[in-house]
Amino acid sequence: MIFLLASGLKAQDVIDFEGLQKRIEKQNDTLYLVNFWATWCKPCIAELPFFENASESLRDKPIKVLLVSLDFKSDLERVSEFIQKKQISTEVVLLSAGNPNDWIDKIDPSWSGAIPATVFYKNKIKLAFHEGDYTKNL
Amino acid sequence: MTKAIIALMSLIIFSSFTNHEGYHVGDNATDFNLKNIDGKMVSLSSIEAKGYVIVFTCNHCPFAKKYEDRLVKLNKLTSKKGYPLVAINPNDAEQYPEDSFENMQIRAKEKKFNFPYLHDESQQIARTYGATKTPHVFVLNKEGKELKVRYIGAIDDNTESAADVKIKYVENAIEALAENKPVETEVTKAIGCSIKWKK
Repeated sequence: MIFLLASGLKAQDVIDFEGLQKRIEKQNDTLYLVNFWATWCKPCIAELPFFENASESLRDKPIKVLLVSLDFKSDLERVSEFIQKKQISTEVVLLSAGNPNDWIDKIDPSWSGAIPATVFYKNKIKLAFHEGDYTKNL
Repeated sequence: MTKAIIALMSLIIFSSFTNHEGYHVGDNATDFNLKNIDGKMVSLSSIEAKGYVIVFTCNHCPFAKKYEDRLVKLNKLTSKKGYPLVAINPNDAEQYPEDSFENMQIRAKEKKFNFPYLHDESQQIARTYGATKTPHVFVLNKEGKELKVRYIGAIDDNTESAADVKIKYVENAIEALAENKPVETEVTKAIGCSIKWKK
């Protein structure tokens, strides 16, 4: 498993929807926890420490946490600086996928498009989807 | 099992309880009576029109900000066709001071809003409509005595860049309604900031 050690984001970390699907819908026993967030989204940032903690403490388990930034592509630098400043070691990608109306339903039809939102996959199968933050329940 | 795994599992279980209420296309929409930035109360029945473009929006959200100038242009267009734009800010100003009534007044002036910018302080209208994020549009059409929801969703297909917009969803919906034609794309989705509900 590759961990980005708070090295910021590079152009190759900007992925399209197909790129995202390739990363999270895999035929293996790994549980993928995919969190959609953005640097300007306060409730998203409030729960980042939880995902950080999860990916750190579950390093030896077949669990992979992926933070998918929905910041604008033009703000790549800002996202990169944020990751370095906050020392985020969980893998971060920036999703630049064109018209959201074409892909939001593919993540989950119940997703309105509000963030944060979190989805779980295992063996290409979606186990759960949640729109909103988890802070009240942690 | 480690604590983290237990926490993860509880997230998965909690996830399945997400539930969306609110309007669907074809539902009857309720009128409201909310305070405008000029201090006066505004209800839809007080605005003579064929229908309305209701936009849940706010000051602080970068996605909402991207649309401020576009809303001014949109209102000019849709008003001409009989569908004036009405903006509503439903966010809790206690958690997000930038979305306070006073800051709504300031922002509307700065951006030269040419439409009412109402404060849904109790958040009741956002809840009733089923708005979940900003911006979130509900196009309403007067049909007999009823106010029907005819479109729900995004303003257009490109938040980041107005210059790169290919599909103008709200404009298309209004064009159809103004000609008594069915709206082709009735529901769309876009990324937005979650509405900040009171705790």
